[in-house]
Amino acid sequence: MNAGMTASLSPAATQVLTSLLESRTGQQIEPTRVWRIGTALKPLLRELGLDGFDQLVAALVGPNAASLADRVVDALLNQETSFFRDALVIESVATAIEQLDTAEPLRRVRVWSAGCSTGQEIYSLAMTLLDRGNFRSASLPDMLASDVSAATVARARSGQFSQFEVQRGLPVRTLMRWFEPAGETWRIRQEITRAVKFRQHDLVDGPMPPGLFDIVMCRNVLLYFPQAVREKVLDRLARAIRPDGLLVLGAGETVLGLSDAFAPCQRFRGLYRRQADARFTFAA
Amino acid sequence: MKTCLVVDDSKVIRKVARHILETLDFDVREAGDGQEALEACSQDSPDVILLDWNMPVMSGMDFLRALRQTEGGGAPKVVFCTTENGLGHIRAAIDAGADEYVMKPFDRETLESKLQIVGMA
Ligand SMILES: C[S@@+](CC[C@H](N)C(=O)[O-])C[C@H]1O[C@@H](n2cnc3c(N)ncnc32)[C@H](O)[C@@H]1O
Ligand SMILES: [Mg+2]
Repeated sequence: MNAGMTASLSPAATQVLTSLLESRTGQQIEPTRVWRIGTALKPLLRELGLDGFDQLVAALVGPNAASLADRVVDALLNQETSFFRDALVIESVATAIEQLDTAEPLRRVRVWSAGCSTGQEIYSLAMTLLDRGNFRSASLPDMLASDVSAATVARARSGQFSQFEVQRGLPVRTLMRWFEPAGETWRIRQEITRAVKFRQHDLVDGPMPPGLFDIVMCRNVLLYFPQAVREKVLDRLARAIRPDGLLVLGAGETVLGLSDAFAPCQRFRGLYRRQADARFTFAA
Repeated sequence: MKTCLVVDDSKVIRKVARHILETLDFDVREAGDGQEALEACSQDSPDVILLDWNMPVMSGMDFLRALRQTEGGGAPKVVFCTTENGLGHIRAAIDAGADEYVMKPFDRETLESKLQIVGMA
């Protein structure tokens, strides 16, 4: 038995770990949820053969501190996602893209999945667009997908998914059409992975991608931020979306009380429209 | 309450599946091979059938082909549930009339997701 398994989390270690997460991602762990830190980090302790959280914290200032900090942050992030999570929302986004594409055929529609986790969200959108028949892989919209975790972005970019992942939300016929077996895993076809640009990016403090987007999907990301950070991120997203463009949040998320730059979209339930006359509260 | 027939020659798998399905509010019956399953369906057609591939007496594929030819046999949603995880097997199952496909090993989330996809959960 490794002593690390029963190690407890001292207030000092808690302090170091929560500030590390907050400085990297803007997320705050509420006092009632601090116990989760231990659960989330135990596999890492075991893997590194460390005897407890104090040793982990000590290692965070030693050699290789930077890559260790990445791994700690990754372990503390909730990266839950699935293919076709809220299938109706994906359909709405696809319809919005088709309408824009018809209205402005000379311009390529620009879409951003911000907080993309392992890529299921943007890939679901791409498969939907292709299956609906109005796009071919070479004509797909300009798609960007980003996440604060570099390791997660690398996985998303690989397009490789476990057997469990391809069985969550993904109809088997869609699997047959767009995936190839790769050993024990499944790889989404290159014509789809090639159509998406993946980037490591921090929504809270990272420099925003250049240009304006027609649609930003930022789903199930804001809920982990304290209110002030939600306001800041919404403000940043408003600047990144063209007037009358769309913001797509997670099922339980809203802009109400957080941003005047967006209003509920009349056409698509659960989507928000960037107001043309939006004023910003935060400096760019 | 929706009804599900679990068809598998492994008692352990049937038990695991039954447990998951009951927590999803299904009324569950069991069959140990395709022949038993055909009899169960002729008595009372289930809403969903969770179907193993390799079984003695009558395989899952033979059962599925026979079922789809019986009167009313097009109605139940058939979800294959097997360790045959290759694309060739998946394609054959879908061509024979399966609605969905679960690759073993599976967990509660997998099963729930697949049942949602066929409109049953
Ligand atoms: C729960 S997942 C949601 C994934 C996907 N959007 C969905 O709805 O299924 C949240 C993701 O947001 C990412 N994330 C957290 N803080 C972030 C930040 N400051 N900037 C960018 N991404 C962040 C996490 O790494 C995680 O992958
Ligand atoms: Mg068997």
